[in-house]
Amino acid sequence: MNLTESFLTALDSLRANTLRSVLTMLGVIIGVGAVIGLVSIGNGVQQSVTADFEALGSNLLTIFTDRDNSGGYPSLTLGDVDALADPLNAPSISEVAASINRQQLVTWGNGEYNTSIVGVTANYLVVNNLTEFLAGDGLYQPDIDTAARVAVIGQEVATELFGEEFPVGQEIKIGDINYEVIGVLEEQGQAPGSNPDETVYIPITTAQQRLGVERTRRGEKAVDTITAVAASDEVIDAATEELTEVLRERHDIIFADEDDFRILSNASILDTIGNVLGLLTVFLGAIAGISLVVGGIGIMNIMLVSVTERTREIGIRKAIGALKRDILTQFLLESIVLSLVGGGIGIGLGYLISYLAEQFGDIPTFVSPQSIGLATGISITIGIVFGIFPAWRAASLRPIEALRYE
Amino acid sequence: MMDLTNITKSYEMGNQVVHALRGVNMHVDEGEYVAIMGPSGSGKSTLMNIIGCLDVPTAGTYMLDGIDVSDMSDNDQARIRNQRIGFVFQQFNLLPRTSALKQVSLPLMYAGVPRSERNARAKESLTIVGLGDRTHHKPDELSGGQQQRVAVARALAVNPNIILADEPTGALDTKTGEELMEIFDQLHDDGITIVMITHDREVAERARRIVTLRDGLIVSDEQINHQKEVAS
Repeated sequence: MNLTESFLTALDSLRANTLRSVLTMLGVIIGVGAVIGLVSIGNGVQQSVTADFEALGSNLLTIFTDRDNSGGYPSLTLGDVDALADPLNAPSISEVAASINRQQLVTWGNGEYNTSIVGVTANYLVVNNLTEFLAGDGLYQPDIDTAARVAVIGQEVATELFGEEFPVGQEIKIGDINYEVIGVLEEQGQAPGSNPDETVYIPITTAQQRLGVERTRRGEKAVDTITAVAASDEVIDAATEELTEVLRERHDIIFADEDDFRILSNASILDTIGNVLGLLTVFLGAIAGISLVVGGIGIMNIMLVSVTERTREIGIRKAIGALKRDILTQFLLESIVLSLVGGGIGIGLGYLISYLAEQFGDIPTFVSPQSIGLATGISITIGIVFGIFPAWRAASLRPIEALRYE
Repeated sequence: MMDLTNITKSYEMGNQVVHALRGVNMHVDEGEYVAIMGPSGSGKSTLMNIIGCLDVPTAGTYMLDGIDVSDMSDNDQARIRNQRIGFVFQQFNLLPRTSALKQVSLPLMYAGVPRSERNARAKESLTIVGLGDRTHHKPDELSGGQQQRVAVARALAVNPNIILADEPTGALDTKTGEELMEIFDQLHDDGITIVMITHDREVAERARRIVTLRDGLIVSDEQINHQKEVAS
């Protein structure tokens, strides 16, 4: 008897007992569905976080004061920014921006909104990809040079304060001082570490004058963060070295002392996050995998019951000429078909879980071809591994004893 | 065609050894119609299993068409059962939830006959037993007599030269039993060798020869004269 015949015989047997077949498959359906669904959530989150960082620019380097080594004072200044922006000092850096970040109450008319006020250099918005405006325009060098009292606001700020009113040209108040709104940013969505939609951008010089300025040990006006852009992904390491060198020299740090600043590269953050999320995905997959094994044991269980229940049938088949091999193949194929069909439905369920998570849980998901391949492979393996014992048991029954079985 | 020489069969049941057959010698010629009778425990079922290659004797030789089958492997026995012997059991032994056509084509499938030819031959077999119009009925949609006729059709499907019947009328009423016996008569007329186990003397007398077993030994072997029955 060839394989096609065995396969059709197996299908017949499964169809003859549809309810039991479906119940048997349930374990594999849920297992495979869970693996695909959970791994898709893991993959989706990883991809979306990665995409967020990549949108920020993977060649972005962020410099903070390291207060443990700076005597408690902030260490970065606009002078540092100018020095780093000089290509003679740091040829691997193409752009340098700085920012000061404060949390303050913004008011307009009766409306008020407590949010972050960021004092920025002229190129800050460009460096951070904030170049699309709903209305008005961004900040320019003259605004910085004159410490103008102007503000560019995020889309959320505009909605909160102005509602239906047109914001550009209006005067908002930040701590008793009026600022003219000169631009409204397009909606940006949540970015790692900040939310441009809920931010008010003002010239950094204005921020230093009006928001209460911190000073370095030497009494210079400080900035909170310097953002440097490496000329390309390849020179990130070189750019980091140049940054360190320039800043150590400007800050008069002697050889034996530690840096009074810290440099974070988006690429390394991305790496770390990627690792963590990858691990999370594997972890989710492993938990779901356990339910797959349980599903497999379920198949074995039912197949064993089915062998006992069908002892007489096996006897009849043997009496009329079925070889040991024929019975073995039939039962093995039954369990493989069960686990494969279960796997197929499970893949569908996985897609459904991933769809529901995206629609109602607002979680990004991505069903990877690898996870489908893996689930299919595991299903077949389960069918064989957990089917072989019951099949062997069926094939080894002696025909006369099987026929006599009541 | 069947030559059984000094066949013994013993089982171990716990510590006891049960001797089901104690040295049976029997010869059946091609085309014979033999009934085997005997009380319960006389060993007739054991004998039937050995003749049908469902079991092997403890000692003795069984030659089927000149081939020694008493010491064959499971698979070789399965092939002999498949190609040369058709079984009819008391409890019909049909597969549940399976159409008559599929039941009958099953031995052909195990014989490796292609699907289209299989269906044609199965249908032919069903027609012989008068069930040509019941091919798609499942066992629970058929009467006992019809089920037994499906079993006969299944036994006939591979064109075997031997039909072994174990109490074929045991689960049937007199009328349907009679109909079945008529089919057997027909098969006998077609030259098929029939060996049938039965309790029922009347059924046994439809055969041409009655072998009686008692305690694992043949105690009588008589030929039947059928001339007188024609009147009824």
